[in-house]
Amino acid sequence: MNKRLLLGAEAIALGALDAGISGVYAYPGTPSTEITEYIQQNSADRQPPVRSAWSANEKTAYEAALGMAYAGKRSLVCMKHVGLNVAADAFINSAITGVNGGLVLAVADDPSMHSSQNEQDSRVYGKFAMVPVIEPASQQELYDATREAFDMSESLGLPVLLRLTTRLSHSRAVVESAPERAQNRLHALCEPERYVLMPQNARRQYEHLVSLQPRLEEFSEHSGLNTLVPGNGKSGVIAFGIAFNYVMEAREIFELDCPVLRIGCYPLPRKKVEAFFAGCDSVLVAEEGYPVYEELLRGFFGGKQIRGRLDGALPRTGELDTDHIARAFGRHLDHGLPIPGIVSNRPPELCKGCGHRDLYEALNIVMGSYDQKHVFSDIGCYTLGALPPFNAIHTCVDMGASVTMAKGAADAGLLPAVAVIGDSTFTHSGMTGLLDAVNDRSPVTIIISDNDTVAMTGGQSSSATGSRLIEICLGIGVEKEHIRTIVPLKSHLDENITVLGEEIAYEGVSVVIAQRECIENAARKKRNPAANH
Amino acid sequence: MHLNIILAGVGGQGILTIASVINHAAIQKGLHVRQAEVHGMSQRGGAVQSHLRISARKIYSDLISRGTSHLILSVEPLEALRYLPYLSPKGKVVTATDPIVNMPGYPDLEAIFAELHRTDKPVLVSAAEHARQAGNIRTSNMVMLGAAAPYTGITPADLESGIEKLFVRKGADIVEMNIRAFRKGLELSKHQASDT
Repeated sequence: MNKRLLLGAEAIALGALDAGISGVYAYPGTPSTEITEYIQQNSADRQPPVRSAWSANEKTAYEAALGMAYAGKRSLVCMKHVGLNVAADAFINSAITGVNGGLVLAVADDPSMHSSQNEQDSRVYGKFAMVPVIEPASQQELYDATREAFDMSESLGLPVLLRLTTRLSHSRAVVESAPERAQNRLHALCEPERYVLMPQNARRQYEHLVSLQPRLEEFSEHSGLNTLVPGNGKSGVIAFGIAFNYVMEAREIFELDCPVLRIGCYPLPRKKVEAFFAGCDSVLVAEEGYPVYEELLRGFFGGKQIRGRLDGALPRTGELDTDHIARAFGRHLDHGLPIPGIVSNRPPELCKGCGHRDLYEALNIVMGSYDQKHVFSDIGCYTLGALPPFNAIHTCVDMGASVTMAKGAADAGLLPAVAVIGDSTFTHSGMTGLLDAVNDRSPVTIIISDNDTVAMTGGQSSSATGSRLIEICLGIGVEKEHIRTIVPLKSHLDENITVLGEEIAYEGVSVVIAQRECIENAARKKRNPAANH
Repeated sequence: MHLNIILAGVGGQGILTIASVINHAAIQKGLHVRQAEVHGMSQRGGAVQSHLRISARKIYSDLISRGTSHLILSVEPLEALRYLPYLSPKGKVVTATDPIVNMPGYPDLEAIFAELHRTDKPVLVSAAEHARQAGNIRTSNMVMLGAAAPYTGITPADLESGIEKLFVRKGADIVEMNIRAFRKGLELSKHQASDT
């Protein structure tokens, strides 16, 4: 018996290691980062060694995982929900090719947008790709289901999507692990008719994927994640993913005697759902995410006996909790005292002494002399420059968008066109946009704030920093004299204003790289010199 | 045994260390534990909280329902107020009195204390001062754990063995210092309880 107190994310990691993966591929992103970190820190004793370094972005990660599965070994690929947008091309098409070794995609959604720009529901992607989706509701289930997902993947020859949400990913409970399984041996199959997705092959493979769907539904009908909790009431609940936890909690607190059909494996088990509906007068559909299956169950004509996020029984947006479920049953607990009026928000802020602060101070002074003060920016700690006291940036949309939005704005005549992007975001998705700007000779200034790490997610190693960033910009074709470096420190303020001023005034592509290590990362290294950064 | 604890503070103050100690102790006693944390953007000096649930029976939800928390343990006074809707009618607030002022509009300390006193006999602790006496201001969180210990349903001895387990890698001196801080908090708390 081997018990550990693990985060949900870590339970997936341990499950994957014990399932015999040969590699994990990922780009950091809250709330998925800890899966890969756990494997990096806890796989030294696995033989052969488990490959686990960070990838440049989610698309490269997914493709590498697919390559490992092609070779016959098991691979795990992890990302946050918006990362799956980046990897979507590879993901959707990997369902057409199928896999050889087991491939599990762990994707962590962020309902309520604790650390994200939207709350998209990855179950939609699973349905779109027509692959099995599993959605465990506890840390132990995450461990067990991850192991089973690799078996499912190999038996169906399809990737399996494991969906979790922030709450479960970042919550701890005791997990009991099972004996580890050996990794697969290398056993690549040469099947170009399957993997070369020219139309004639793709059509046949797609037919095959469609023909597999009844088997997927059979899996769902028998899955231990799709179970009935009997009850005597005529008002039932279909609880998806961790909404099940809140339903069970409300059931316990208020002694509700409602039957509950719990769903944690998709596609929907039609027979189970039909049988459940037959025994109920009304059904509350509780989904942690979009009302994906509520829409399906209601159908076009409404389905009056169905309640959920679409009719206001549950809130349309945000994560659920026990309170929401109880209220849908007309019950509620008396809350404690209200939050006193004197309590104001305490938003996150750039650390004291952070180089981004000095960069924004200099940039604000330079932009102050222009009528158009728009600065396009990106995703990372430096996004906090949008808040007071800096108010220095005016966009943050998706990874790399600062570069290309600045280019498009410049094309429209909005000058100066300035972008601020971090080192890791630049190598994730900014480089290709810079190539567009160079090819068009767009008058843009791209400021790369290079703090030598992926800081926001906790200091993971960045794909390219320091001199390599300069080489990348040179290679892309930025003129050597317009690739400048500065050190964002108070003592360099005047010099930094001069350099930024000159390059922003230049009517071509320029890059200013602000080089200074993240202070948190420096402190971490000091605390733990042996840490592998 | 069924206990809900909200741990509150500002990113970087070490509330997760407090949680780890309680977790260790609870698991040692064969209890179920579920503990939700905040990772990501808020850790940069924002408001952070952890829902910690300990029970003899199976725990379903990672989140504590409003009105059902037995204890709010905060390492910053304003942050204690943010979670009052979670406090059960008989719940206890134990908070450090050292403010972290890193945003505009931080209220008057007196106003904060007045609000705290609307709860049932809150335990207020100048954690930083006592942590310094224990040997290092960084043990503030253990002072606070000590102050909250009587309301955790776990014995001080079990919590101390949790501290030992957590800090043992850092050496005996660090363990001792943290236990010293813990005991200071515990003393203060008992003292306040007997005064009222």
